Amino acid sequence: MDKILRIDMGAAGGPKAKAVPIGEYAGLGGRALTSAVISKEVPPECHPLSADNKLVIAPGLLSGTAAAMSGRLSVGCKSPLTGGIKEANSGGQPAQVLARLGFAAIILEGASKANDLYRIFINKDGVTITPDNSLKMMLNYDLVEKMKAEYGDKIACISIGPAGEMKLAASSVACTDMELRPTRHAGRGGVGAVMGSKGVKVIVLDDTGMPMRQPKDPDKFKKANKEFTDGLKKHSVTGQGLPAYGTNVLTNILNEAGGYPTYNFKEGRFAGASKISGETEAALETERGGLATHGCHRGCVIRCSGTYHDKDGHYLTKQPEYETVWAHGGHCGIDDMDKIAMMDFLEDNIGLDTIETGVTIGVAMEAGLLKFGDADAAVKLVKEIGQGTPLGRIIGSGAAVTGKIFGVERVPVVKGQAMPAYDPRAVEGMGVTYATTTMGADHTAGYAVATNILKVGGFVDPLKPEGQVELSRNLQIATAFIDSTGMCLFIAFAILDQPETFQAYLDLLNSCLGLSFTADNVAEYGKKVLSMERDFNKRAGFTSQQDRLPGYFKTQPIAPHNVTFKVKDEDLDKVYNW
Amino acid sequence: MPITVKLFASLRKGRFDEDTRVYASGITGRSIVRDIGIPEKEIRLVFVNGRHASLEDLLADGDTLALFPPIGGG
Repeated sequence: MDKILRIDMGAAGGPKAKAVPIGEYAGLGGRALTSAVISKEVPPECHPLSADNKLVIAPGLLSGTAAAMSGRLSVGCKSPLTGGIKEANSGGQPAQVLARLGFAAIILEGASKANDLYRIFINKDGVTITPDNSLKMMLNYDLVEKMKAEYGDKIACISIGPAGEMKLAASSVACTDMELRPTRHAGRGGVGAVMGSKGVKVIVLDDTGMPMRQPKDPDKFKKANKEFTDGLKKHSVTGQGLPAYGTNVLTNILNEAGGYPTYNFKEGRFAGASKISGETEAALETERGGLATHGCHRGCVIRCSGTYHDKDGHYLTKQPEYETVWAHGGHCGIDDMDKIAMMDFLEDNIGLDTIETGVTIGVAMEAGLLKFGDADAAVKLVKEIGQGTPLGRIIGSGAAVTGKIFGVERVPVVKGQAMPAYDPRAVEGMGVTYATTTMGADHTAGYAVATNILKVGGFVDPLKPEGQVELSRNLQIATAFIDSTGMCLFIAFAILDQPETFQAYLDLLNSCLGLSFTADNVAEYGKKVLSMERDFNKRAGFTSQQDRLPGYFKTQPIAPHNVTFKVKDEDLDKVYNW
Repeated sequence: MPITVKLFASLRKGRFDEDTRVYASGITGRSIVRDIGIPEKEIRLVFVNGRHASLEDLLADGDTLALFPPIGGG
């Protein structure tokens, strides 16, 4: 992990790859590395689809080692959706494989002058870049099957579907899972469109013959990894709740708390919630011969995912996540789990962010384009995106564009990015994160739900503005660090509650890399990442006016608690005062 | 007085999802939990009418008591 693979897609005579020493970026991984490269090397005023933008793909500091949970990949660029800096994060196999191939990052630069589409193959012997226009508009599942047939089943793929090729702002970058299916996605912010603008369809990684990354202090590392794993297994959320029910266990609790955005953020509870809850989903999966407990990458000990089968017992998709189920479920008034799972599959296949796409369908419903609750019409709309019809392209451009085109006032976006599955009026800490994160509305950037709703890391009343700014700030700082280490963010449930597990996490890093992280310099590292990102956004033209929720969240109360978002603007402006 | 009790995730096993039960006025969540037979250590989150509450709180006519084990997601 001491080199960076720079691929100039616009080089004279065709794309050229060059492995260079990591140099000034040493010590950075994952989100810290992607954000540092974007912040330093990409002109902030550039068009996101221009040759000036870069797509940076980076495993975390611990990826490729034996450390449990270290398989997250960060994908960074200037976002076509928000116009600001972006890091979208994904599970799956590629982070581990890329790290074992010795790369701290792949940077796709420039832009192909011809209209060719390329595949990139990387193994221990080097990098091969091949034009392959037979892949044009190929769906992700078909693409991965084709790569498997050609390169064998020891590979991991990073790819785009038709949405990325069409450069749609809701397009994702897909990563394959342990079964070599394209089910894990760097979803948010249109990163797929940037990969499409570089003319790259797929990066195939094969680490055959490459050893696992070795820690500097193997004995200490082994001990720390055991303590870390034991801590995750011992904590009731990471050890029991997440494995048993998956992320969708949140449906019932957010619904109960009155913070489950329903009918395009009109109400805080959905009558059909129990039909699409994690409890129902897990039971269906087990009953149909799928799996209710499954990891997304090797080395995962939480195993919050699963496998969803159709009525006939055939594989349909991976276990749809809470955000996906919500975006196509309560948000759209749909309570049919099979139809929701179908949309999850279609969007993975077309290469779309399920949050942005689902939220956009709900906005289209509010516009009267289709009726709330009409699952068949929603499925048809998703298919239209894949077909590239004019309407499909509008929907695939996200909620903000769709809302503008169809004249909708209530469009739940910040910095042009759709809000996830927590109403900021009833979960105020989440509202602070949505408003102020550098990413546009993003729940993972500072997951205040943990403390507002789940009582992890203490408790801050979700219905009051007090304490939310501090909560969001601290979570945003911690998250920026965790995202840089390649660790799954769900480790936070255990490390927030168990000091010894937090220490084991630091010991893992220190013994692996020969560093000396303490709680204090972890925070400094996180702040450094956020500062780079915020500086980029400022240079791209963002002001405090972009750190706001849409006005209706302050004026239109939401049932059942009849609350509005009450955190003051001047307090939002204090999130980055440290 | 009628109290609607909702159980979620692992608390449902061998019990029920939702039940409206009649209790004497002045009852607390804790007494109801004992009545149903849920070990208190299995309960992490208590909501009364959609707001975070304590098992010690007195319940009123028609209240909804919702109980969750430790859960997380995102």
